[in-house]
Amino acid sequence: MAEPAVPRRRSPAEGLLEGSHLRELSFLAQAELRVDAEEADAASRMAEQFLGCPLPGPGRATGHGTPYVLWSGPGRYLVVDSEATGRGLCAGLSAALGGEYGRLCAAVADLSAQRTVLELSGPDAEEVLARGCPMDLHPREFGTGSYAQTVIGKAAVGLHRTGAPGPSGGATAFRILVRASFAEYLARLLTDAAADVRGTRAGAVV
Amino acid sequence: MLLIPCPWCGPRDEREFRYGGQAHIAYPADPAALDDRDWADYLFVRDNPAGRYAERWFHASGCRAWCDVERDTVDYTITGSCGTGAHPAGGPDEGPCTSPYCVRRAVPSGGGAR
Repeated sequence: MAEPAVPRRRSPAEGLLEGSHLRELSFLAQAELRVDAEEADAASRMAEQFLGCPLPGPGRATGHGTPYVLWSGPGRYLVVDSEATGRGLCAGLSAALGGEYGRLCAAVADLSAQRTVLELSGPDAEEVLARGCPMDLHPREFGTGSYAQTVIGKAAVGLHRTGAPGPSGGATAFRILVRASFAEYLARLLTDAAADVRGTRAGAVV
Repeated sequence: MLLIPCPWCGPRDEREFRYGGQAHIAYPADPAALDDRDWADYLFVRDNPAGRYAERWFHASGCRAWCDVERDTVDYTITGSCGTGAHPAGGPDEGPCTSPYCVRRAVPSGGGAR
């Protein structure tokens, strides 16, 4: 008897972003870590052994690539990894913190399916985001390694700056974490905003 | 639109927040002892000053934490903001306030954040 066909896994913004400076980094493993505010220092030390980086302070991200950690609120952190699976990331993080009845009052939850990640790059990326985001995204205020949860249009997003132009080179790049059900809306909004910016700067590439 | 300073995230646009009414309303020490009028006062009656007003805001689209904001209802100047319960009304502070926008800090001349 033939094996039943497994439906192909479809990412939230699939097929919307070809040929633009916006791309989707789909299916990244994401785990939320919650710790008691009084135990944040101890949790940071213990998590660092597994993550390779300390837990970030307010408005910041730590780590490079796999994994990296985003500050999402007092005592709340989002760990993102492009190589691990969500389940594996949670198991490793939980073990590093001492397990279910460990020394810390901490909780780890697999949120991989909640959000997808869009990456926006190019010299006009800030201009494009400013079409829908109320924050000041100038590199002076929101430099590389900054992370903020804010809104773009009507979508609540996490905004992570991964690159800024500087004296030693580098290019503007943002990662935008958006809920799967808002991914299509946001992808269309940003594509439209990019076309608008391109129109107002005739000849500029977005 | 207001620019509301979140104690953790810094100044953010009003549309990231939800309003939570007057701050520092203490739960009655002995609720069973209240008559209907006092209970209704506790539940529904709020101050309505023309001037400085302590109110709660929830940073719904940001860090998802509540804060106590002091705002002038006449000219919309915001004096500052602190985490909830950092300065309970009629009681001692629960430890030092860590907010960089604390309402009890020395206010620089020219007012606070707008």
